[in-house]
Amino acid sequence: MIERVACAACHVIPGIDWPEGQLGPSLDGFADQALIAGRFPNRPDLLAQWVRNAPSMVPDSAMPQMPLTEGEARDVAAYLYTLHDR
Amino acid sequence: MSLRISTHSTTAEALAGWPPPVFDPAGPYAGSITTLSWALLAMGAGVTAIVLAAIWIALKGKPRTRARLGGEKAIWIGGVFFPVVVLTALLVWGLSLTSHIAEPVARDDMRIRVTGEMWWWRVAYLDADGREVLRDANEIHIPTGQAIALELKSADVIHSFWVPRLSGKLDMIPGRTNLMRIQADKPGVFSGQCAEYCGGPHALMGFVVVAHEPEDFARWIAARRTQPVAPRTAEAQRGAELFVSTGCAACHRVAGTQANGLAGPDLTHVGARQTLGAGILPNNRGAMIGWIGNSQAIKPDNRMPAYTVLPAEDLRAMAVYLEGLK
Repeated sequence: MIERVACAACHVIPGIDWPEGQLGPSLDGFADQALIAGRFPNRPDLLAQWVRNAPSMVPDSAMPQMPLTEGEARDVAAYLYTLHDR
Repeated sequence: MSLRISTHSTTAEALAGWPPPVFDPAGPYAGSITTLSWALLAMGAGVTAIVLAAIWIALKGKPRTRARLGGEKAIWIGGVFFPVVVLTALLVWGLSLTSHIAEPVARDDMRIRVTGEMWWWRVAYLDADGREVLRDANEIHIPTGQAIALELKSADVIHSFWVPRLSGKLDMIPGRTNLMRIQADKPGVFSGQCAEYCGGPHALMGFVVVAHEPEDFARWIAARRTQPVAPRTAEAQRGAELFVSTGCAACHRVAGTQANGLAGPDLTHVGARQTLGAGILPNNRGAMIGWIGNSQAIKPDNRMPAYTVLPAEDLRAMAVYLEGLK
């Protein structure tokens, strides 16, 4: 799913060899990060909402709505929670 | 830690299909090439078997058989007659196949000119007199069941045009026009790739061919020949203004607007494309923002600079504007 919508166009994501986008933050170690976008607690429900519809949480974010269903967004969030500090 | 989440290691490979589907032809040109490939493979296997048998006879055979194997008759048949006949037949087959694929343009042929650029594809649909009727980039639309004459050129260095499922592979050489025909039997999306190293991000120079039923194709081209609708929302309108004021328009054209740059891909209908960055990213708002904001991280050394100076709302407004260009 992450490859299909190309999250990596903006983010470095361990497990995705290319692209390694640098417009947004690297998601390496994201599972151990305390906050999403520097302001929301890093909880699965909020993360799933964030990856699918970031502007609903931070209207002026460069991160747009992504073409993901709610289920797909949960899958993306689940993957991000495997990205622990190395 | 390295997690592999699918058999495709990159988005580009997922889109382009890796390894190239060379044994899965989707039209008569690719089909005849595949048949020839199998014939060559079978022939090679046959010759290898004969040579192995001859070696075995030479080492372990009865003295009489060994004498016959080294006799004059065997040399004439196996050393002269067989190779001359087989190799000539294969040569004739290969050459006639090549000339069939490169048959000169006839009056009623549908013609498309594709120009290789570092590192994308300029596409122009031509009328019977060779005039441009429609400009596009990184995507070629064709009707099914019809041979399409592609006029392949290069604007800079040697590139090679290759859609494995539709035809052969042909170099695009500066100063020359090479002709190659492609045909798809059924509707579908077929990936293509530059197959001649052309510097820097050569490996990220892809494209797609979209084959439609003839009536769908007629609708598609009619829609493309109209100018895109004006931006509908305030955000898109702001994106349109930013597109011109931040300099995008110096390299990109959007028909019907001030943007008339010719150095980069034509963006008149970019919102309707399947991919961004020349066949490498899916076309969605996020990928568009990522591409505009920092395409250098995605496709290093491509000729579009990274616009890291633009604030988030400007990037998003431009992406909203561009995705509306259909």
